[in-house]
Amino acid sequence: MEDVIVRYVSRFILPFVQLYGLYVVLHGHLSPGGGFSGGAVIGASMILYALSFNLAAGSKKLSHDVSSILESSGALIFAGMGLLSILLGGNFLANRAAGIPLGTPGNLFSSGSIAIITFGVGIKVASTMITLFYSLIEEEGHSHDHH
Amino acid sequence: MTITEIVLRLHANSYYFFAIILFIIGFHTMLTHNNLIKKVIGMNIMDMAIFLFFVAIGYVRGGRSPILEPGVNHTFINPLPSALILTGIVVAVSVTAYALSLIIKLYKHYGTIDAEEIMRIRGGGSL
Amino acid sequence: MRKLLVLFFLAVIMVVLVATVIEMPTIGDPANVTNNEVPRRYVEASLEETGALNVIASIITDYRAFDTLGEATVLFVAIAAVLSNLKAH
Repeated sequence: MEDVIVRYVSRFILPFVQLYGLYVVLHGHLSPGGGFSGGAVIGASMILYALSFNLAAGSKKLSHDVSSILESSGALIFAGMGLLSILLGGNFLANRAAGIPLGTPGNLFSSGSIAIITFGVGIKVASTMITLFYSLIEEEGHSHDHH
Repeated sequence: MTITEIVLRLHANSYYFFAIILFIIGFHTMLTHNNLIKKVIGMNIMDMAIFLFFVAIGYVRGGRSPILEPGVNHTFINPLPSALILTGIVVAVSVTAYALSLIIKLYKHYGTIDAEEIMRIRGGGSL
Repeated sequence: MRKLLVLFFLAVIMVVLVATVIEMPTIGDPANVTNNEVPRRYVEASLEETGALNVIASIITDYRAFDTLGEATVLFVAIAAVLSNLKAH
């Protein structure tokens, strides 16, 4: 849509929304939130950008190739942490039983593989939201069947 | 059981009763309307009713959110149903997304999103 | 005719569900059947076994991480199904 007030206000508040989503994802093991809700907030910020400006500017900010690479890397981070636990001598997806250092509770860099798994799930959910929105909105003018 | 006993039991388990009402509303929406998008909305309402029912099982009176503080002892609610529903919410979102993409393909093929008209175009009978 | 059939069917379902909900234990009872030793172990041993302060995060990413891996797979398959449906050449 082409409204001056919507464009001005959304350009002003978008960095704060993304910072809040990143905070919820990174502090997943200390406060309520975690990967799924933080990823939904980050995906919603990109959808707000594509709605208040037109669709071409949105897809130029985050193109299709970059979002597919982000989604695949989110799943690979998850599986990679599981295989890392096997390499260190424990079971699949083990945390303390495989020797990963836990740290003191309450710090940001604590609790082993929980923070890395939460981050992987967060970027996976964000790129899923963006890809779903773009593929459902896009109009193709040449593939209308006449039967 | 008499009517007053039934009403008192339902007032004690009020969250389950509202989940049942939401489920019946969603089911009625899915069965009655002919528009395909309204059927998808009805399915979403039924999903939300099931999630409300499941999460309300784990409530403990006087309990807090399960965020520990190292040193303070407190009663917490049951964290297990909340953790299991997170997976269910993601599955509901995935099914809704796939159903909406199927509706887009149907509209491009038949030109309408009315369920009875699509059945009439295909040549079958209506109920 | 069809509306009456739908209303009768929904009334039967509602009677069955309400008859089940009456027999369930009261909401908020600490002596519930679902508050057995499994959530007690998760809440008590979560700080020293995982080091996370959020009990639900330690459940879904440490104790039951395999379910979260299956759910990430479901998200991935949903995206693949939607894209293969809409961008078929």
